[in-house]
Amino acid sequence: MNPRTLFDKLWERHVITESADGTALLYIDRHFLHEVLSPQAFEGLRLTGRKVWRPETSLATADHNVPTTARKLGIADPMARAQVEQLARNCVDFSITEFGLDDQRQGIIHVIGPEQGATLPGMSVVAGDSHTCTHGAFAALAFGIGTSDVEHVLATQSLSMKRMKPMQVRVDGQLARGVTAKDLILSLIGTIGTSGGIGYAIEFQGSTIQALSMEGRMTLCNMAIEAGARVGLIAADETTIDYLRGRPYVPRGAQWDRAVEYWRTLKSDDDASFDRSIVIDASHVQPMVTWGTSPEMVVPVDGCVPDPGQEPNESKRNGMVQALSYMDLRPGTLIAQIPLDKVFIGSCTNSRIGDLRAAAAIVRGGRVAASIRQALVVPGSGLVKAEAEAEGLDQVFVEAGFEWREPGCSMCLGMNDDRLNAGERCASTSNRNFEGRQGAGGRTHLVSPAMAAAAALAGRFVNIAHL
Amino acid sequence: MLAFTQVDSLVAPLDRPNIDTDAIIPKQFLKSIKRTGFGPNLFDEWRYLDAGLPGQDCAQRPRNLQFSLNQPRYGGAQILLAAENFGCGSSREHAAWALLEFGFRALIAPSFGDIFYGNCFKNGLLPVVLNAGIVSRLFAAVAATPGYRLRVDLTKQTVTTPSGEAIAFDVDPGNKSRLLDGIDEIGLTLASAAQIRYYEARRRELEPWLFTS
Ligand code: SF4
Repeated sequence: MNPRTLFDKLWERHVITESADGTALLYIDRHFLHEVLSPQAFEGLRLTGRKVWRPETSLATADHNVPTTARKLGIADPMARAQVEQLARNCVDFSITEFGLDDQRQGIIHVIGPEQGATLPGMSVVAGDSHTCTHGAFAALAFGIGTSDVEHVLATQSLSMKRMKPMQVRVDGQLARGVTAKDLILSLIGTIGTSGGIGYAIEFQGSTIQALSMEGRMTLCNMAIEAGARVGLIAADETTIDYLRGRPYVPRGAQWDRAVEYWRTLKSDDDASFDRSIVIDASHVQPMVTWGTSPEMVVPVDGCVPDPGQEPNESKRNGMVQALSYMDLRPGTLIAQIPLDKVFIGSCTNSRIGDLRAAAAIVRGGRVAASIRQALVVPGSGLVKAEAEAEGLDQVFVEAGFEWREPGCSMCLGMNDDRLNAGERCASTSNRNFEGRQGAGGRTHLVSPAMAAAAALAGRFVNIAHL
Repeated sequence: MLAFTQVDSLVAPLDRPNIDTDAIIPKQFLKSIKRTGFGPNLFDEWRYLDAGLPGQDCAQRPRNLQFSLNQPRYGGAQILLAAENFGCGSSREHAAWALLEFGFRALIAPSFGDIFYGNCFKNGLLPVVLNAGIVSRLFAAVAATPGYRLRVDLTKQTVTTPSGEAIAFDVDPGNKSRLLDGIDEIGLTLASAAQIRYYEARRRELEPWLFTS
């Protein structure tokens, strides 16, 4: 048999039918749903009188629109409340399991899926959410879809898809002190650009990736979409298997053994060929900070805001000028001199227990700078929150002046009350620094949890490698 | 779904790379549980000078006259000319719904965000990929020529300029036929229900743990 990439193996396993032009009907094993991108899909099912094909493969929770304070009081915003209630009604009507707001398992879908063991190696995983690529860290073929496709998956357990091209990102060597998976992915996006991965499924390989925890791997795959790729992938190994062992949704007994045996085959063959390859030396990666309104607008923390005048491509140059004006920054300004107003630690990129530990390690014993108006820590799920509290991390944050919140997407996109006001500048562990993403007129700098924590204490960015 | 064969129309330009779906339709409008009503809030933060909230009467809001879609010369354009990586970011299909409801039927850019690109086809909106050199030439022509029109023909897979130059574009045959006929994709897939069942039976043998509940 020809050597195959991990992507090829996963793709081929899920093909129901394939047409000559490479479009396949793919079988879907797991479907995560949230309140914002699903209502119109259920409405479509009702209008056509269609049923859900295999309701037990779906798992739903509200995360985007939910308040992160005073949950007991319910949701004040009537539109958000209607959307959350509609999800609950849809799940009852179509026999889908939902973790409600009072359930400790509630949280961001990309945090709770892996946490429950509902994402397994070898699965195809979809959700009406672009960051579904996160689940690829488990050697699962995982990608985000729009609402029409959500309806299609509900009704048929399948999707019509064009095959992507496999791309390899190989990272070897040791990450320097203070450098995390977040810096690695930001640095990759800075290199290949936000359109560099369009049409590809990116597989991350190499000794640096193997050494990462599952959480670091999820952070990496989470932002494959910011590199333009719908799919990010990492081979299954002992780290994957150890992470999954004993979680609620994983197979038991003899089924577990058989599953593990199969999962160990979920890696690219040694001589498999990729359509594109990028090689990164981990020791060269530095702590990164974005300066603009696209994740590719990123520089090392010791760097400075770039000059559009140096950019030869006109369209890119226009984009830079607009970004600098929106961000209110001048070329040549040192990143470490940019003063901040808010800090957000959370989102499906960086709200897992390891992220909170990394941030708490920096915060311990310190105080949030007087110039910082608000510093939020929003755990990714109720279970992450409980684990952090059991370790006393909540106290570390609260004593330093952070607010410790209930789980949800929160200020990653500001659909609830957690948002930036116009002109406010935020160090954020989320994944998108788009205009208005965290609130109309708000300015976002994407960073790692450790950097966000250090920035909260200093009121500006600092090189955490030197702390 | 709306079928698409061809459109001959004014062209509105939006020359800025990496326009994301958050910019196309900001999050506060995603609280709706309907498929319609998004057109007035397309590019909300760029089109209007005030802060956009759901349920406002947009006709009364102050407009940003610098923004191309607010300029009378582009009024009624059904073709949007855009830059690299248009529609990147969130998978919100509301972006495609908003563009359609505003009146666009075809988009032209050097590249599109993958998920957005697929969403367009599900809704009768045709995204056309042309190489970056051609797109910058079109931007220049649109800027220089008031009333500049293009004809986008899906059957022939061409974009035709006023001088009669026909520029060919690629489109996946499956996407093309679905768009030409405006077919119900779910109905089509359900016609293969027996094949899906057959696949499930085979898969259950290989990975029984996926079929336990
Ligand atoms: S945390 Fe942010 S990026 Fe992640 S699912 Fe929620 S809104 Fe999307």
